[in-house]
Amino acid sequence: MNLSDSKKKLALAGVVCGLVAACLAYFGNPANMAFCIACFVRDMAGSLGMHQAEVVQYARPEIIGLILGAFIISVATKEYRSTGGSSPMIRFVLGMIIMIGSLVFLGCPLRMVIRMSAGDLNAWVALIGFILGVSTGAFALKKGFSLGRAHETNKTSGAVLPAIMVGILILATCTTLLKASQAGPGSMHAPIIMSLIGGLIFGAFAQKSRMCFAGSIRDVVLMKNFDLLSVIVGLFVVMLIFNAATNRFVLGFNTPGIIAHSEHLWNILGMYAVGFAAVLAGGCPLRQLILAGQGSSDAAVTVLGLFFGAALCHNFGLAASGTAINAETKELVAGAVSTNGKVACIICIVVLFVIAFTNKRESAK
Amino acid sequence: MKEVDARGLSCPEPLMMTAEALKSAKGPIKVLVSEAHQRTNVEKFAKDRGKKATTTEKGSEFEIVIE
Repeated sequence: MNLSDSKKKLALAGVVCGLVAACLAYFGNPANMAFCIACFVRDMAGSLGMHQAEVVQYARPEIIGLILGAFIISVATKEYRSTGGSSPMIRFVLGMIIMIGSLVFLGCPLRMVIRMSAGDLNAWVALIGFILGVSTGAFALKKGFSLGRAHETNKTSGAVLPAIMVGILILATCTTLLKASQAGPGSMHAPIIMSLIGGLIFGAFAQKSRMCFAGSIRDVVLMKNFDLLSVIVGLFVVMLIFNAATNRFVLGFNTPGIIAHSEHLWNILGMYAVGFAAVLAGGCPLRQLILAGQGSSDAAVTVLGLFFGAALCHNFGLAASGTAINAETKELVAGAVSTNGKVACIICIVVLFVIAFTNKRESAK
Repeated sequence: MKEVDARGLSCPEPLMMTAEALKSAKGPIKVLVSEAHQRTNVEKFAKDRGKKATTTEKGSEFEIVIE
């Protein structure tokens, strides 16, 4: 079955993934995270003790399911290919940058769309930054940017990350070794089996549809091709209906409880870094997990970069805080980006420009 | 026949190289890619431009002739 050869099928894949996200939000996941890749990788990094932020530690079965779902479906449809060797360390840095940018904004591109569907105007502001970032990446591609070729590796190499995910799943379900938040977003989750199955379904559909949040906008900018965008529209519409039907749709900027802030410049710059880095890496965080599942060691290294970036963010206070209501005084406390976060975001953007214009395709040199 | 070797490259490089080759080549072109999703992308790209794409599997890679 090919889900990527028509707009209708692509939109259908978006609808299925939207339904999975809506279900998980309904059964316990933080509503506007639902299925945020950056948030969930960050939670997983916390559960492994890579950072000590006690409210965001939980081995999210969704992440495990996504990678394993992509792995299983790609093996079943003979699309699994163990590859590697396309500038892995640059990809590691890109993964780090994607996570830092995401946690300055508070969400990956998938969560940006989910927040947009919940009426959060901050996410619409961030979309401007995301589009600008993707466009800058597309410009670099036009100028001949490339991270070089990946080559086929030993068959087992591509299966390492999926195997690690199975290991984490066993540790999470059979032992008390991993950390799990008692309060905060990390403590909010759907039942494990539901999250795992949701992840598997989402992963399989994302693999078949080539769903990518950076790719969809990149294709529009670069080739005036709107095909991949239909997946995003499908997901957006389902989440919009879900939010409206469950009274979760709140139009505005400073909405407490959705874990977002209204520092417009930093919402824009955070997502600018994410969009730019994702185009250079060949896909958004979701797509990196999927590619890693279908055997790409390069994408797996990018995923490790995401984990490393998440640890940095919470160990050095780079992550932004969300607007919330003080439980005692009932006052609205506006979320903000820390000074460390702002400095890190600027450094990330500078590094992206260096990467973008120093790596050329063989023939374009 | 003009040949585009896009094996092992990340999205969307194979498509950009195909587009470039189609612009400059007069006759048919041959595109080499290694991933299944790149294959579909190139085939679709050719179809969208009203061209015929014929794919043959070469080991674990794909050879697409666009004419």
